Amino acid sequence: MSTEALIDKYFRPGRLPHIWCPGCGNGIVTGCIVKAVEQTGLTRDEVAVVSGIGCSSRASGYLDFNTVHSAHGRALPVATGVKMGNPKLNVIVVTGDGDCTAIGGNHLIHAARRNLDLTVVLFNNSIYGMTGGQYSPLTPFGSKATTAPYATIEHDFDVVELAKAAGATFVARGTTFHAQLLTDLIVKGMQHKGFSLIEAVSACPTSFGRQNKMGGPVEMILWQRDHGVMKAAWDKMTDEQRQGKFPIGVLHEDNSKVEYTVAYDYLIKKAQEGKK
Amino acid sequence: MSRVLLLQGNQAVVEGAIAAGCRFFAGYPITPSTEIAEELAKQLPLVGGKFIQMEDEIASIGAVIGASLTGKKVMTATSGPGFSLKQELFGYACAAEIPLVLVNVQRGGPSTGQPTSPSQGDVMQARWGTHGDHWMIALSPSSVPECFDLTRRAYEFSERYRVPVILLMDEVVGHMREKVVLSDDYENLPQPMRKQPTCKPEDFLPYDGGEDGVPAMPPFGIGFRWHVTGLIHDETGFPNGSPEATVKAMDRMYHKLADHYDDIVRVEEFKMEGAEFAVVAFGGAARTAWDAVTMARAEGLKVGLVRPITIWPFAQKHMEKLATQVKGILVHELNCGQYVGEVERAVKGKVPVFSYGKYDNEPATPAELLAEIKKAMGGVK
Repeated sequence: MSTEALIDKYFRPGRLPHIWCPGCGNGIVTGCIVKAVEQTGLTRDEVAVVSGIGCSSRASGYLDFNTVHSAHGRALPVATGVKMGNPKLNVIVVTGDGDCTAIGGNHLIHAARRNLDLTVVLFNNSIYGMTGGQYSPLTPFGSKATTAPYATIEHDFDVVELAKAAGATFVARGTTFHAQLLTDLIVKGMQHKGFSLIEAVSACPTSFGRQNKMGGPVEMILWQRDHGVMKAAWDKMTDEQRQGKFPIGVLHEDNSKVEYTVAYDYLIKKAQEGKK
Repeated sequence: MSRVLLLQGNQAVVEGAIAAGCRFFAGYPITPSTEIAEELAKQLPLVGGKFIQMEDEIASIGAVIGASLTGKKVMTATSGPGFSLKQELFGYACAAEIPLVLVNVQRGGPSTGQPTSPSQGDVMQARWGTHGDHWMIALSPSSVPECFDLTRRAYEFSERYRVPVILLMDEVVGHMREKVVLSDDYENLPQPMRKQPTCKPEDFLPYDGGEDGVPAMPPFGIGFRWHVTGLIHDETGFPNGSPEATVKAMDRMYHKLADHYDDIVRVEEFKMEGAEFAVVAFGGAARTAWDAVTMARAEGLKVGLVRPITIWPFAQKHMEKLATQVKGILVHELNCGQYVGEVERAVKGKVPVFSYGKYDNEPATPAELLAEIKKAMGGVK
């Protein structure tokens, strides 16, 4: 489907242009989401998008699905209620690095632990963009931010490892350079029956790039090309070769755990049959 | 057929919720409201509903907001510190007009305070706990049967006016046991319904209040694909930063409740015939007042009780009228004096208003309240 046709089908009339800065990666990630929905064959009525607060979380307002722009950090609890209230809905959670791993960090690990069938697309631009460039838990150690003028001395999370450890049953990473891969990963996440998290490495030239002398939008997207390594190649690399790079692709998949709403249906059946 | 049961107030809330059609509860353990979560964990699956214990109080109200968007009638329950944590998303429910029932079984505060002691210290927090101007409803039951009735009414109001409703309980009523007569078949009871759109999805304006100011609310997944946000929005549901749209949205949310005062604000009078002096008390504190007023009447004192059942919106018209009927008013509440300020504001100095606030972890005895009544009446000329 052409870009124009995708926009006509999935973006709400009159809501564009978006609020994102020139060179921001959020538009690419949002484009990957609608391409993924198109590939799954789901209708717009069957999809709910729940976002938190921040630059990326504004995506929900542009998209023609059942959409919630919730509160800062709270997309996952609200999405939990939407999914449990109507398990037929395919629920996509749109969130940023600050939203998901700082203020919403507790919700992330527990949603992952429950294995509720949500697809989290984490737009990771390494910074709080909307408030003007403060460090987040995913800001790399040693980076500058308006609240880290002497560079941050906090160690960043690897959100892929965090989600795996918390019990997520599908974890993947893509970048806005590897947009086709990112679309495929979101499709896989949506089709996975259980909690999925797809980290989308994205550029914020305005608030992260300028402070860290990473160049403009082009340089930042080429940085993604040069530092993201496909999992198959990553697995063959030595620790030395991995320095400063990160794996992309499907990084974890576990189909052995029962999905939460499926388990809940069993629970209801058991309760109604009088068993304990 | 009916059943006669001996129930705790918290259990009566559960029965009221099931009877009203509540099918989703998310909560977090906290004294003295935990029984509500425990009982709903048991009962909801039996009627095809769902219970979830979330990771914290914030997530609990977040989950009920999400489930409400799918058309479910929902509840969360809490107390003390948990009520503080829920304020963030309670405000979201006010802004986005999401029906939900939040039970707050009050305990002594501030902070961890007195976890197992009666208090009515959250009267003002219920009204103003979340940031920004907003409008909501709070109801306060004084008996176990009333816990059942007011829980059902909380759903009626919440669904009819598309507003979050607080059931403002206290430990006295939450933990006491009384006889309750309940219907065997809740399905015969009227079910509160949410207004649904009558137009086609493409013509739907999700925040158009229509004649009564209450927008229709279709569940997610049936074709309307509307947008929900905590940003100030216009009729379309999308953010609008203009002064005009802001005033219009705020005024509509105010009027949808204020214009229905007579439906929403319920106040009960007890022995007010010929009363020259009134006690104002609500919730668990009203139980003391029933006895104290009866004792006063036995002594020939012309005292009556005015019991607000709806705490918010404030019973402004009732209190203005009361100021023309009696020579003095004593407000008794289990805190250092919160509701009394509202009464003073309405009475505007027309008659003296006295405060008997009790905050020592124990409800007043009828004799203690009677002594306060006599003291106040002695000061009324």
